[in-house]
Amino acid sequence: MRPFSYERAHDLASAIRAASHQADAPLHAPIQFLAGGTTLLDLMKIDVMRPDRVIDINPLEKTFSEITVTPMGLRLGALARMSAVAHHPAVEREYPVVSQALKLGASAQLRNMASLGGNVLQRTRCSYFRDTSWHECNKRDPGSGCAALQGLNRKHAILGTSEHCIATYPGDFAQALIALDAAVEIAGAKGNREVPFRTLHKLPGDTPHIETSLATGEIIVSFHIPAGAYARRSLYLKVRDRESYEFASASAAVALDLADGVVREARIALGGVATIPWRAVEAEDVLKGTMLDEVRARVAAEAAFAGARTFGGNDFKPELGRRTLVRALLEAAALEIR
Amino acid sequence: MDANSPLKASLSASRALKLVLSVNGRDHRLSLDPRVTLLDALREHLGLTGTKKGCDQGQCGACTVHVDGQRVLSCLTLAASVEGKAVTTIEGLALDESTLHPMQQAFMDHDAFQCGYCTPGQIMSAVACVMEGLAETDDDIREYMSGNLCRCAAYPNIVAAIKQARAEMKRSRK
Ligand SMILES: Cc1cc2nc3c(=O)[nH]c(=O)nc-3n(C[C@H](O)[C@H](O)[C@H](O)COP(=O)(O)OP(=O)(O)OC[C@H]3O[C@@H](n4cnc5c(N)ncnc54)[C@H](O)[C@@H]3O)c2cc1C
Ligand code: SF4
Ligand code: FES
Ligand code: FES
Repeated sequence: MRPFSYERAHDLASAIRAASHQADAPLHAPIQFLAGGTTLLDLMKIDVMRPDRVIDINPLEKTFSEITVTPMGLRLGALARMSAVAHHPAVEREYPVVSQALKLGASAQLRNMASLGGNVLQRTRCSYFRDTSWHECNKRDPGSGCAALQGLNRKHAILGTSEHCIATYPGDFAQALIALDAAVEIAGAKGNREVPFRTLHKLPGDTPHIETSLATGEIIVSFHIPAGAYARRSLYLKVRDRESYEFASASAAVALDLADGVVREARIALGGVATIPWRAVEAEDVLKGTMLDEVRARVAAEAAFAGARTFGGNDFKPELGRRTLVRALLEAAALEIR
Repeated sequence: MDANSPLKASLSASRALKLVLSVNGRDHRLSLDPRVTLLDALREHLGLTGTKKGCDQGQCGACTVHVDGQRVLSCLTLAASVEGKAVTTIEGLALDESTLHPMQQAFMDHDAFQCGYCTPGQIMSAVACVMEGLAETDDDIREYMSGNLCRCAAYPNIVAAIKQARAEMKRSRK
């Protein structure tokens, strides 16, 4: 690991001030915040991230880790740990998709360490990105090319790709946030702003090294998930190469508002298949106002993957993704809601 | 612990931090490079080699320890970030000199290892898993212990050991 200086943040404002005057996109910036460290330290060890200053924001944990459930919705502090939120009884009951997406991510140890803020900012697991002996990677080294396009791309994305990067967004929790129309509260030098969570992640386009709309120095302080009739009838289905402790090959976050089998509203997000947490609006539109059965679910799944593009190794993914979504929809429809 | 080991020599490059780490109930004063992980602090600086380094990348669980009672991976934890917290390692688990923790005893009773390399991490993780109440069924044990890989595949015996220890831990808590 390269040398860096370590300091602890004792208040939000000074942490923001310390990190605000940097030129690079936040994820490449020489000053990095340390939350759980499970992405940051991992990538520093393999020389992909190279900060020279690490600001430990964990001393702010008491202020920024609250879990609040009100009739208006769910507010989650960015320093709340994955495990605390996943096993919170009200989250399990009222927002099952949130609890499940967190429980199915990483391992028990990692979930005790990892924060929600760090979780949504985790970096792709693309092997060429993670292995600096590969010269080509536009995300790591802008303009160098993309080794995955012609290389091993079994785990790569089929939605939201560009000719410059096809890396999969690896997280699970973000899909629950996208499906439930969450907002993210961000603190910066000019104060706090709350924006739709779906605007946080950016498609790779021709700047895959810019992954989010965060400005340097900005800190995610909380997530807000509005209450909705569909939140209780929700689930997260994750299909992967091994049964546990593995990233998704395909996943679906689904929330349904049903009346006598008819879909009043459907919320769908897809993981493991896209470059960013992916909202499947086309599939939602197909379902709205219809009787949800297997045939209809399949039509919705076709719509969700109509724009998919594959790269050889991941040719199996559109069908895996469609089947994952069909199963998730049917399971959600069959849930007994008390 | 050789003072001239390559690890220590390379660490002089950045400024040392003066830290007090509480490990197994004892405070240790250390002067550490900011890069030193909790795992390396335990093994290289405190001589507590019970905690193992498997992958050093958060993927295997061999380095599992407890920080303030929670199981975490010491390889992805900076030593500096646990100052003021209570670290427990496999060396601090036994109840006293002559009595093993029920989980340690159960691993022996059930032959829940072969080479033994993953074992300290398995045991630390298993103790926490029972305390969390996430070891109630065999499926739960498999799911919530999935962060601990065993290259020798002692998994069935590990599950059996955890069930034995679970019963004893519940009994002794009363
Ligand atoms: C072996 C392994 C398996 C995994 N499997 C899964 C999986 O199946 N599913 C899944 O979803 N995840 C998985 N993960 C990823 C894991 O969930 C993330 O690493 C973790 O959630 C990151 O959170 P953290 O608090 O540790 O972030 P850190 O590593 O501390 O931070 C990550 C980045 O975000 C920045 N940051 C952190 N907090 C904030 C904030 N509040 N505001 C602004 N910037 C911030 C940091 O500066 C850094 O750049 C896995 C990780 C490992 C190592
Ligand atoms: S897919 Fe993206 S991250 Fe992977 S090698 Fe190509 S540019 Fe890099
Ligand atoms: S050594 Fe820490 S998880 Fe493998
Ligand atoms: S006993 Fe050998 S790795 Fe588990």
